[in-house]
Amino acid sequence: MFLYVLKRLFQSLITLFVITTVVFLLLRLMPEEGYFGENYDKLDEMQKEVILTEMGLRDPLHVQLGKFYKNLFHGDLGRSIVFRPRVKIWRIIKPKVPYSLWFGVASVTLSLLIGIPMGLFMARCKGHWFDSLGSGYIVLINSVPAAVYYLFIQLYLSSALRLPMLFDARNPASWVLPAVSMSLSGIAYYAMWVRRYMVDELNRDYVKLARAKGLSSTQIMTRHVIRNAFVPVTQYIPMSFLLTISGSIYVESLFSIPGMGGLLVTAIQRQDNPLVQALVLIFSSVGILGLFLGDVLMALFDPRIKLTRKAASR
Amino acid sequence: MSSFDKLTTSMESVTAEQLKDLDPALFEFAPYSENASESRGYSNYAYWRSTWRSFSHNRTAMTLLIGLIVLLCFTFVQPLLPAQKSPTQVYTNAQTGRQERNHAPCAEFWFGTNTIGQDLWARVWSGTRTSLLIGLAVGLWNAVLGIIVGALWGYVRRLDGLLTEAYNVVRNIPNSIILILASYIMRPSVGTMIAAMCVTGWLPMARFVRNQIVIIRDREYNLASRCLGTPTERLIRKNLLPYLVSVIMLRIALAIPQAIGQEVFLTYIGLGLPVSIPSLGNLINEGRIVMMSASTRYQLLFPALVLSAVTVSFYVMGNAFADAADPRNHV
Repeated sequence: MFLYVLKRLFQSLITLFVITTVVFLLLRLMPEEGYFGENYDKLDEMQKEVILTEMGLRDPLHVQLGKFYKNLFHGDLGRSIVFRPRVKIWRIIKPKVPYSLWFGVASVTLSLLIGIPMGLFMARCKGHWFDSLGSGYIVLINSVPAAVYYLFIQLYLSSALRLPMLFDARNPASWVLPAVSMSLSGIAYYAMWVRRYMVDELNRDYVKLARAKGLSSTQIMTRHVIRNAFVPVTQYIPMSFLLTISGSIYVESLFSIPGMGGLLVTAIQRQDNPLVQALVLIFSSVGILGLFLGDVLMALFDPRIKLTRKAASR
Repeated sequence: MSSFDKLTTSMESVTAEQLKDLDPALFEFAPYSENASESRGYSNYAYWRSTWRSFSHNRTAMTLLIGLIVLLCFTFVQPLLPAQKSPTQVYTNAQTGRQERNHAPCAEFWFGTNTIGQDLWARVWSGTRTSLLIGLAVGLWNAVLGIIVGALWGYVRRLDGLLTEAYNVVRNIPNSIILILASYIMRPSVGTMIAAMCVTGWLPMARFVRNQIVIIRDREYNLASRCLGTPTERLIRKNLLPYLVSVIMLRIALAIPQAIGQEVFLTYIGLGLPVSIPSLGNLINEGRIVMMSASTRYQLLFPALVLSAVTVSFYVMGNAFADAADPRNHV
């Protein structure tokens, strides 16, 4: 097990290295006009050169790359160049993370607490009105783009429930709508998969045996079916918690929450290379960690799954 | 007694010389007859015909399919109909000479006008055409490339490690970098949009097909084919992919509404089509800006309703088709 963790860690480091390098190189392909934004027309050639040199963009590529990794090794993510010039990147990110994290954790918790029982219940009374109602909800949420239903939630639900339309950190009521909006797709996701896995498990032979043995259907459900149906679901849970750090672009801009959502897109659009690199590094390490934790959690839930044997048997 | 039965009863006594004298009609395909099939267990089962029969029995799905085809035709025919307006022209009031801004729906402008006085009815249908085009092109391309790469990735063991690493890298590169680079290299147009969305869009499909193929790769019937020396290409085409038709169909049908939704998202973050080319994405975005006052809310409502109708139809139809394509549901 220890060896397995070590191997995965080593692999992840290589993957991260390749990702940051590729992103670094892609960013150097961006047009030079982009670094000046609106001021492009007002500057003459010399001023532009000075600014570009100051940003460190006139050094040869390998020097830029070397400098980036040297700083990274010392735990320094660098300084922003366009978004908020010469401000350390961790100072830009630090105040934003808690908002995204709190909303994210609240919405993932909500979707787990509502989605899983909903899926269980739908599988339990398959074909009845609750099942069709739930399926209708899943179809609607999965097919209509989030941009559209978020707008309607903000428009109509805020006035119907008399909740504030925009976020205000001092007013707890304003936390409700963003968290609920963000959890809608998660609820649909967990309900859909829990239902699917439950139905699959209910058709297995061991369920028939348990029934023949005389177990009540509640006992079959709690002791056998749920335990088995849960294993594939657990794999996604750590990932969905961890990825909340990147925030939700829609919800945060609609309700004007000062979180991480959209920071990456803004940074890319304004060509703030160090900021983009730092964000890509953070998000992809979180993503890789989430995948790993998901595998571990799945192995903990189901003793039949052996992480180490997987590599040997191939 | 048919000629085939005569042949089988006298099989042992046939020598090589006698074979030449046999009636050549014996070696042609026998016509299907229901009586004969009872005794021999042969049926005229055809996969795609059964799929279609199963699908066409689903009334909701058939209604939606016909509705979508009619809608697609309508978006092309609509500009040719009488009394239609241009989607890009700004209309001015003949008496006052001012632009017809935010004109509520009436007999003249069926869906009203937008903030600069363009006809929303014409814009919505023109936008639906663009969005459907983007959705179909991107969805189909992602499906085809995703299936090809995914099948090779799952089946050819030597490629597995390499492609998995490549996937982990590319998946973590933000899509917006690629889109901005694409819009920098090419001029903003529907083609650019489609190209940019196709660059990385096929990755989830490939990953999905790969996982499915890994599961069935070493089943006995595939081992048998491999031992008999079936070429990889034929094995993938004849053994592996038919097994996956139903799940793959589901993904294709869902890829289309996803591509339409992605276009809305890209417009939202400012990487969409210019306003001069209407699409459902930028219509919704325009509507969002004026949604706060109840009198102009129709500008959000109309495109949002059309968009939801299109994506929900594709989604429901895809699910119905995947059910119909599963041979276990054919009996």
